[in-house]
Amino acid sequence: MRVPERAQRGSVIEIRAMVEHPMETGFRLNNVGKPIPRHIVESFTCQYDGREVFRAKLHPAVSTNPYFVFYTVATRSGELLFTWKDDQGGVATHLAQIEVTE
Amino acid sequence: MTRGVLPLTQPGLDHTGRARRRALGTLAAGALLLVVRPATATPEDLAVALHETFGDRPITPGKVTLELPRLAENGAVVPVTVVVDSPMTERDYVERIYLFAEKNPLPRILEVQLGPYSGRARISSRIRIGDSQQITAVAVLSDGTLWSAAMQVEITVAGCGL
Repeated sequence: MRVPERAQRGSVIEIRAMVEHPMETGFRLNNVGKPIPRHIVESFTCQYDGREVFRAKLHPAVSTNPYFVFYTVATRSGELLFTWKDDQGGVATHLAQIEVTE
Repeated sequence: MTRGVLPLTQPGLDHTGRARRRALGTLAAGALLLVVRPATATPEDLAVALHETFGDRPITPGKVTLELPRLAENGAVVPVTVVVDSPMTERDYVERIYLFAEKNPLPRILEVQLGPYSGRARISSRIRIGDSQQITAVAVLSDGTLWSAAMQVEITVAGCGL
């Protein structure tokens, strides 16, 4: 997760987010010919100060260890909450703080 | 919090000891993982996915820039960036960006939601490209218009598991 610690109000900040996940496609067979069940991250969201500022829906064609770079306008000091949810009920969250100056 | 749980098979539980020994034998033989590629999607599947998503709304080439390597050595991890020509103001912004593949097992790759709060209509990620093929990006603008870009990517080693 990479978020600038400080930003000027109104400036556009770059956010880099990655989670460790196999992103098993469900199309592969194991060594005894049984399909390896699909296990993928299905959604990723970023909430800034309680407001959603990015949402992604992922399909099996997103690579192992999903990674996103996106942007948002620095509005006020607060928390950025990142949430990854997979198709087996797994949830990973991460919090980052940003200080917004005038 | 909603929980999307897929029915899980439990490898190992339903194996007989014999199957297990056979499996170990296979492992010893060095066949660690057999990758079988299902029939790939076709450009027709892509057309169906586009129609499911956008109906009959016209999609116009333009405003979207798709950054992908022309030649990717490893199809399992291909960096991708989509940039849309938009001021990202309250009145004129990009609502969604979609990525589609014409020859992966599934035509959908990913979808993102943006808004005026994004400030910049640009996203990057890493995707699997199962075989040499055309990748398409479609942007939905706040005025309801749809814009697209497409790019042919040559793959030397196919995307792992695709």
